[in-house]
Amino acid sequence: MTTETDQFLKSVDSSERGPRVTGVAISDEVMLETKDVNVYYGDHHALHDTSLAFHKDEITALIGPSGCGKSTFLRSLNLMNREIKGCRVTGEILYDGHNINTKTENLYELRKSIGMVFQQPNPFHKSIRENITFAPKRHGVRDKAVLDQMVEESLRGAALWDEVKDKLDKSAFALSGGQQQRLCIARTLAMKPDVILFDEPCSALDPISTLAIEDLMLSLAKDRAIIIVTHNMEQASRVSNRTAFFYMGDMVEYGETEQIFQRPKDKRLNDYLTGMFS
Amino acid sequence: MGNSQTTAAQEARIERSMRNDRIATGVLTAIVALVMAIVVSMVLYILAQGVGQLFQPGFLTEASRANGTEGGIAYQLFDSFYLLILTLIISLPISLGGAVFLVEYAPEGPITKIASTAIETLSSLPSIVVGMFGFLMFSVNFGWGYSLISGAIALTMFNIPILTRVIQQALEDVPSSQRDACLAMGLTRWETTLHVLIPAAMPAIVTGVVLSAGRVFGEAAALLFTSGMSSPARLNFLSLNFASPTCAWNIFRPGESLAVHIYKIYGEGSPEAQHIVWGTAALLMICVLLFNVLSRIAGKALARRMTAE
Repeated sequence: MTTETDQFLKSVDSSERGPRVTGVAISDEVMLETKDVNVYYGDHHALHDTSLAFHKDEITALIGPSGCGKSTFLRSLNLMNREIKGCRVTGEILYDGHNINTKTENLYELRKSIGMVFQQPNPFHKSIRENITFAPKRHGVRDKAVLDQMVEESLRGAALWDEVKDKLDKSAFALSGGQQQRLCIARTLAMKPDVILFDEPCSALDPISTLAIEDLMLSLAKDRAIIIVTHNMEQASRVSNRTAFFYMGDMVEYGETEQIFQRPKDKRLNDYLTGMFS
Repeated sequence: MGNSQTTAAQEARIERSMRNDRIATGVLTAIVALVMAIVVSMVLYILAQGVGQLFQPGFLTEASRANGTEGGIAYQLFDSFYLLILTLIISLPISLGGAVFLVEYAPEGPITKIASTAIETLSSLPSIVVGMFGFLMFSVNFGWGYSLISGAIALTMFNIPILTRVIQQALEDVPSSQRDACLAMGLTRWETTLHVLIPAAMPAIVTGVVLSAGRVFGEAAALLFTSGMSSPARLNFLSLNFASPTCAWNIFRPGESLAVHIYKIYGEGSPEAQHIVWGTAALLMICVLLFNVLSRIAGKALARRMTAE
């Protein structure tokens, strides 16, 4: 474990990234925006009228107790809810200036631009290299040199290259949980996304791997919008610029992270932060 | 006073429960032991009767003579495997398609329910009825006569439900996070199925296919009317004239599986051919046991290769 961490710390070149400001807003360039989004599972109205904006270069955290609708909302942003039988999403989701929540939207192009990392590391039953090249190949990249470069760039981007460069053709399942999660991030990076959605990416990981992923998220936010659903409040306050609090299907409060955590306006948020419920 | 009575009653109840538990354990153990004893004694008896015959010179390599009462069973052995391969060639793609549809595509609703019920009904059809249907449909109506292809299609009819069920289960056991990962990278459902789900389900699919092969291999009733009760007297394995009745690979020639061979010779009751019946039975059983062992080995080896090295 220690060697893995050492290697990781070595591979994250912090000078390139520069000091990142967290806790406050740093950009006003909107990358992705929702207007009055509602989600229904059959007859169950799971999320009500949620309007939020996500900014380039920023990390936005979505917090709230279990079942509050934050993950449901996250899965609406890349239209993954469409894969759930009986799920319906209404309202506008604006990406690149147009509403993507339409029947005609090309999901297969859209999801290249809006990537997603899941709660459980879910690499494919393939080699490390193939985990990265699989989707680009399906999307039409054939040139081996391009693919090789993509593998290296993505793995470097996910701070995994130094640990795996000598075993690219080994099974991804030979990696540790934290490494697998970074491989999943690398796989997403290969698609060159503008937005990356993280759905509780560290909840299955040990504390050291968790810090590694957080550090990575900070470096990935450059030129991108990052949105993370988390149960871990320290995590939200460590990495995010803005935070939205969800409760019982409502987006209750949204603001700069420092304000949300230190000067909450809504009583429910205040109760949540002080541990009245979780 | 009242207190000690309760305690006595409680103790009696505990005593009774424990005794019942011991009896249940004993009875269940006895049942399992009985089943084991039946299986083992059957296997040993058949092997004892038949293994000697397997080592008779020519038994495995010569064609049968005098209507099966003399010679070997080489053609029956070949026909059994050839029927199995033909059956798998037809039933595997159909079952795979059906299972993928039911697991990945089918909307929840009446159509899916009807399809599942139909598949289950097919699996409970008596094989002699399937054979009769195959005879009327393929042998008579299509004019294929007694032929390997008629037999293979009849076998397909009950192999499809078994295979579909096995593949369906294998696909359902692939964690949904694998699906999510693919779809979230902009791949279609078909790409997801073809390149991730089926490979991930492969160990279980292979195990299921080989196990079902064991069942198909030992089937007799469905073949009596479809592929017939005799192999040609002479087969030419080198011939590529697929229309010739003596070409081994001709799917329109009649053929006889090991199980049908047992039925035929035993039914004719010629006492001088009993050793051939036992030899065939032993061979058939050994083959089916091998299928079972093979399915486990292959499934485990594939799973190991995929999960880590």
